[in-house]
Amino acid sequence: MQISGRAKLFVPVVIFLSMLALLLFGLGRDPNLVPSALVNRPLPEFTKPDLFDASATVSSTQLRGGIFVVNVWATWCPPCHAEHPYLVEISERETDITFVGVNYKDDADAARAFLQERGNPFKFSLTDLDGSLGIDLGVAGAPETFIVDSTGTIVYRHVGMIDNKVWATIFAPLIAKIQ
Amino acid sequence: MIPELGNFALMLALCLASLQAVVPMAGSFTNNQLWMSLARPLSSGLWVFMVLSFSCLAYAFLHDDFTVAYIARNSNTLLPVYYKFAAVWGAHEGSLLLWVLILATWGYAVSLLSSNLPLDILARVLSVMGIITSGFLAFLLFTSNPFERLLLNAPTEGTDLNPLLQDFGLIIHPPFLYMGYVGFSVAFSFAIAALLTGRLDAAWARWTRPWTNAAWAFLTCGIALGSWWAYYELGWGGWWFWDPVENVSFMPWLVGTALIHSLAVTEKRGVFKSWTVLLAIAAFSLSLLGAFIVRSGLITSVHAFAVDPARGIVLLTLLLLIIGSSLVLYAIRAPVVMGTATYGSWSREVFLLINNIILVVATAMILLGTLFPLIHEAIYGEANRVSIGAPYFNALFLPLMALLAMFLGLATFSRWKKTSLDYFKQQTGKLLLAAVSLGIVIPFLVTAKVNMGAMFAVILALWIIGSIAKDVVSKARNKQNLLAGLRSLSLSYCGMQVAHFGFAIVVLGICLTSHYSVEEDVRLATGESISIGKYEFRFDGVVEREGPNYTANSATIQVFQNGEEYLTMHPEKRIYHARGDVQTEADIQIGLFRDLFTALGDPRGDDAWVVRIHVKPFVIWIWMGAFIMALGGITAILDKRYRSKKLVNSPVLEAGVMQPVLEH
Amino acid sequence: MNKFIALMLLCFSLLATSTFAAIDDLTFTSPEAEVRYHQLIDEMRCPMCLNANLSGSDAPIAADLRAEIFKQIQEGRTNPEIIEFMRARYGDFIMYRPPLNRGTVLLWFGPGALLLAGFFILRRMLAAAHAAPATEKLSTEEMQQLNSILDDSKD
Repeated sequence: MQISGRAKLFVPVVIFLSMLALLLFGLGRDPNLVPSALVNRPLPEFTKPDLFDASATVSSTQLRGGIFVVNVWATWCPPCHAEHPYLVEISERETDITFVGVNYKDDADAARAFLQERGNPFKFSLTDLDGSLGIDLGVAGAPETFIVDSTGTIVYRHVGMIDNKVWATIFAPLIAKIQ
Repeated sequence: MIPELGNFALMLALCLASLQAVVPMAGSFTNNQLWMSLARPLSSGLWVFMVLSFSCLAYAFLHDDFTVAYIARNSNTLLPVYYKFAAVWGAHEGSLLLWVLILATWGYAVSLLSSNLPLDILARVLSVMGIITSGFLAFLLFTSNPFERLLLNAPTEGTDLNPLLQDFGLIIHPPFLYMGYVGFSVAFSFAIAALLTGRLDAAWARWTRPWTNAAWAFLTCGIALGSWWAYYELGWGGWWFWDPVENVSFMPWLVGTALIHSLAVTEKRGVFKSWTVLLAIAAFSLSLLGAFIVRSGLITSVHAFAVDPARGIVLLTLLLLIIGSSLVLYAIRAPVVMGTATYGSWSREVFLLINNIILVVATAMILLGTLFPLIHEAIYGEANRVSIGAPYFNALFLPLMALLAMFLGLATFSRWKKTSLDYFKQQTGKLLLAAVSLGIVIPFLVTAKVNMGAMFAVILALWIIGSIAKDVVSKARNKQNLLAGLRSLSLSYCGMQVAHFGFAIVVLGICLTSHYSVEEDVRLATGESISIGKYEFRFDGVVEREGPNYTANSATIQVFQNGEEYLTMHPEKRIYHARGDVQTEADIQIGLFRDLFTALGDPRGDDAWVVRIHVKPFVIWIWMGAFIMALGGITAILDKRYRSKKLVNSPVLEAGVMQPVLEH
Repeated sequence: MNKFIALMLLCFSLLATSTFAAIDDLTFTSPEAEVRYHQLIDEMRCPMCLNANLSGSDAPIAADLRAEIFKQIQEGRTNPEIIEFMRARYGDFIMYRPPLNRGTVLLWFGPGALLLAGFFILRRMLAAAHAAPATEKLSTEEMQQLNSILDDSKD
């Protein structure tokens, strides 16, 4: 009886230590990351105006049969400016990947001028003026980048800037796997 | 020069705190009177150097010394002088300095007000406080030094204090909150000292009670001020969001409340000692957990400090050392046998235990809800993150509080050891009937609508207030007249009833506000108006106005009551120059029975703006009730018996069979 | 680390003005629709912000999602349909009221179970207290001491 009574008093320290382990686990994670519900789901269907030709459209059916990197960007977003040179460089290097630019809630004239001046990494450029495609893609802001495989399934969503290191450590291995 | 002096004072404080941690404790084990008696001078010295260090940082802030990195990040020459002073605790480093200063202040207070404590107990209590202080001083000096200089390229202008913090709330909310958080370190240190000494008796409970009440009263005010600040500053008309940072301030409060009640049983009846000592450890541990969560960036929150993950590891280690070792000590030394006193089914002891169960379950629920996203992620991976927010907490917390309120009314009539069921029936029968019928009738008469939630709240509040009134009158009636009777009541009894009355007021405020508030977001052109109840709000346009460090769009809203001109309100939208931040300043007209709340949104077209207008009945009662509760806590401290020297080491007291003064 | 910096940049670029509650002027088809709208935007989390609901955030994405919810309510969609729409895009993360499933049983029922356990333990303690012999008579000496203390603290 005496022993079991004493053992009970160890319950608080056991609870505390397990909580501490949980907190330690918590420190290693990125608290601001918002998970995507769209990974392993098909790319949502859409038909949106072409950025360079308002009378033409780009639709999701065109994004089939290859690997696509869909980049959500805008001229009002500073990190998009920062990642742009990397996108240009990578798109020139990785010729078997199709880059798609979703110009998100932006001024189309400014976007066109931006791409003409700094280089255009995108094979397809579409405008999402009202942000509805953004909502369908579950984006929280810009830049965000999605990898779509040849079956039209989203395999990865990246929040924030892309640079050479991000590409080499995250994108390249994933793309090598699905190729 | 001054910042270096502050830094030096901090180092000396660390030296003194380390001595305070070791010497009196060692003295208490070797029975060395001299070493033990060093506890008092050491804690005074520690306090003096902390005050000096804090004053140096404040001086540097007031003189715009932007060579100090912390000041360059959190101040600006244009900042009004009172905000420059409050900016000392406007971010992580300085607020931690305040935290440690307050810890040293509590230690100093213990050394001043401890003439009735045996020297060995005092030595151990102050040593434990010295251990905590050294830990946090080391953390402050080595990871978060507020005096760090920018030796190269010191800016000529600071980047300004976050505009959200440029408010009267910043001046008073953190000091009160920290006084509360850190104040539980005293109860904690008494608990550790008692465990070390093996003297976990009624005298221990009696020494701990006033300190616990004081910390609890500060924390009550601190939380209430924070909630009030959010209400008028954030401009969304809410006052509690169940944000992790709010939750971590609320958990020590709930456990502290449980501790106050369980200390009463331990002091008066000598039972539940192990439980009480565990609550004393838990209250301060939850304060420390709160400091960790706010300062480590573990969980995203609107209020969290900008963070560096490396600090998190250091803080976690500190937590492990302080809480871990105290819980191990508890497991080894806490008494296993239950108290010798017996108690019956409806005794006051049992009601206080029920209070403890409900408050501890509420705390566990909030802890679970706050940490659950982590638990879920550990099991299901980061792709399946969940959010826990107000809908969850409200759904579980409100029923628990309703249960607490029901038992509170009953408990008012309970007696120590045993209360007969017939006595309860006789005391509460009519009262219950009156509370229920008035609770149904009054809201209906006032609003002409049936609202179950509001009725339930009014019934509970009337039930509590009625039972308090009945009990006070019956206790006072034995004397010649009511006034003499009231005078004969002890202050600790009065404090209890005042605090319980405050609780009823909070219940009323929360429920009536959430059920009866009217909230409108409307587009108003100049000259247009909107009516809510007996009030009419006419929008008279927006003018630009220059503040000390911002430019404001200031609206004029003319309010009419029953068709007559009543008052003019000026909600603003400010752009702060230094950071370009936009900030809404709601204009609130506070009233005892309703607040009028206006906030300015965006322009729509030529002279139209979107305006948020709320009429919030009884919202001030939430904070009024909280201050009444704190007042109750303070009143109870003033009770004479906490100053009576005679009680120390009284064998009768230690036998744990003492009857409360009140019952005679 | 780069990722961290990028994210910080992202946050500052978008969050700089999101510290205050958004105020929209909307005209609803019915008072019920308005109540539903406010309930939904209060219970959904802004995916961009530190920890704010859609109604309490002025982040652009929060404004878009509010507009989307408003549109769907006006189109006559039910609450479960709207919630499903959001969850399909943003996951359970967007709900401040986590759905009850295998993973959240502990969350929803844990506190209730703890309360019952507490009352169960209380009952057992009471039974034990009843069983214990109630001998706690004070000696004459102790009684005198007690009286002197009580008199002392009463004056």
